[in-house]
Amino acid sequence: MSNIKSAFEHGKAFIAFITCGDPDLETTAAAIRAAVENGASLIELGIPFSDPTAEGPVIQGANLRALNGGVTTDKIFAFVRELRRDVTVPMVFMTYANVVFSYDSERFISTCRDIGIDGLILPDLPYEEKEEFLPLCHKYGVDLISLIAPTSENRIAMIAKEAEGFLYIVSSLGVTGTRSEIKTDLASIVDVVRQNTDIPCAIGFGISTPDQAHQMAAISDGAIVGSAIIKILEKYGKDAPKYVGEYVKNMTEKL
Amino acid sequence: MTNPNGRFGIHGGQYIPETLMNAVIELEAAYNHYKNDPEFNRELTALLNDYAGRPSRLYYAEKMTKDLGGAKIYLKREDLNHTGAHKINNVLGQALLAKKMGKTRLIAETGAGQHGVATATAAALMGMECVVFMGEEDTIRQALNVYRMRLLGAEVIPVKSGTGTLKDAVSEAMREWTSRISDTHYCLGSVMGPHPFPTIVRDFQAVISKEIKEQIMEKEGRLPDAVLACVGGGSNAIGSFYHFIEDPSVKLIGCEAAGRGIDTFDTAATINTGRLGIFHGMKSYFCQDQYGQIAPVYSISAGLDYPGIGPEHAHLYDIGRAEYVPVTDDEAVCAFEYLAKTEGIIPAIESAHAVAHAMKIAPAMRPDQIVVITISGRGDKDCAAIARYRGEDIHE
Repeated sequence: MSNIKSAFEHGKAFIAFITCGDPDLETTAAAIRAAVENGASLIELGIPFSDPTAEGPVIQGANLRALNGGVTTDKIFAFVRELRRDVTVPMVFMTYANVVFSYDSERFISTCRDIGIDGLILPDLPYEEKEEFLPLCHKYGVDLISLIAPTSENRIAMIAKEAEGFLYIVSSLGVTGTRSEIKTDLASIVDVVRQNTDIPCAIGFGISTPDQAHQMAAISDGAIVGSAIIKILEKYGKDAPKYVGEYVKNMTEKL
Repeated sequence: MTNPNGRFGIHGGQYIPETLMNAVIELEAAYNHYKNDPEFNRELTALLNDYAGRPSRLYYAEKMTKDLGGAKIYLKREDLNHTGAHKINNVLGQALLAKKMGKTRLIAETGAGQHGVATATAAALMGMECVVFMGEEDTIRQALNVYRMRLLGAEVIPVKSGTGTLKDAVSEAMREWTSRISDTHYCLGSVMGPHPFPTIVRDFQAVISKEIKEQIMEKEGRLPDAVLACVGGGSNAIGSFYHFIEDPSVKLIGCEAAGRGIDTFDTAATINTGRLGIFHGMKSYFCQDQYGQIAPVYSISAGLDYPGIGPEHAHLYDIGRAEYVPVTDDEAVCAFEYLAKTEGIIPAIESAHAVAHAMKIAPAMRPDQIVVITISGRGDKDCAAIARYRGEDIHE
């Protein structure tokens, strides 16, 4: 059992996604601190992957910049250990199954516990394959976060019943990236989730404006924002943290 | 054989975003229904025979046999199929299945362009919309095939992400599929990706070994000693191997693209240089670095330029039923030229990898032994690139 539920204990949660090492780990650290100071209640740390098949162009770009900058899983582990000296909000890793598997799953997941990572989000690990990592996640007390998509339909109850940490509800079809409009009937998905689990659920994919975040948080327990933050990092590079702080402030104020 | 959970030994599985899960479950249900449906099979057989030109010939390469001075060499002529490669076998099956499922749009990835051309062809024939994703690098290497696809009414989208080759085309086709599922079937071109694709594609390609077996029994009255095929993802190889898996006397040899050599980084030989991983929906062997980042592989052949291998091949390797050997660019180019001059057959540069390995092993075999090489495609598409490889300034 991780610390994730504490992120949802003070009203709606604002979950910020940041790719580690884009453009470098110092900037990532400053951006995380800026997000937390301005109300982010949970941080999703992206470990870059060469071929992120669930990502749109914006986060693909961040993965590429981070890898070109020389970041590795080991450097990110050391970085999180350092960050944990003062950052106390729950943090989860978001990466791809191969990054965990090729590191040696047990070594990866036990390190997560050692450095204070609360959960793992693996977009290429559906319900049918979660046994790949779940026993190790249980052994080391790291939550394996489940995702529910607009196409999940008859699968929602099955996934929700066994979900841990929080449930990540994907707002739209397709890959990550900002969207002008979110059309999925998310309220009915959340209804089914609520009937099957007590753990919190947050909505992500496509959220960029304070109004969107407010609407999504109103029907769930929180909003997840990735691409909109990555765009700020892409635009301002090393100067991005203060702009990330301002952006998170605007988002959390309306949440 | 596939396990019920889509595994071949430890390989395979369904490592894909939740968004796609119902789509692959629906596909598996439809496939399990139609594969035993007499009407579906009648329609597919008619398409394969009357449209694609099956059965393909098993040709005794007499001059090559005499020249090499060892085993008797037969060529399985998949290059004679309509569209010029084995890819059409799978595409006609999947397009017909998609149509039965009510899908109106096919998307596909392509490396050399052969699978893209085959998909565009089937879409034209069946009145479906078609979008093909092709690495930008490959659209340059295989410009003629890009034009062929457009001529057939398909939209070709050059993929700029990553290394701009086959793996990036697969990633982009998967991304496209997650954004549009209801009317779209992802017509995957090789025995890879999430279950049920490796099984579906293998079943549609298994016609190759079914025919080889019948044809060699008719010509020689016995099974071959070895069957050779090139392997990228591995669809023509699994098709060539499948009906011989239970015949232990038949050696099954997959020929991987070693590029500039397996001791260099410029290689795509997955079994010889990769390790176990999870990518593109499957557990299998992949060329990757110590942190699991997928390696930017290289081969002269756009069709074999892929960092992974189908899960059934990974399993056949694990249990020692098939062997996988590396063949360099140079060896493949020599074999390409050799087959052209010796037999008057210009093979695809992909298939030339299998020819190259046969040239190594056949001379050491006895004249009463038999080797079958699958010529998976024809080499017209490669002529300009091979000429450039030899220093001639030819452009299409």
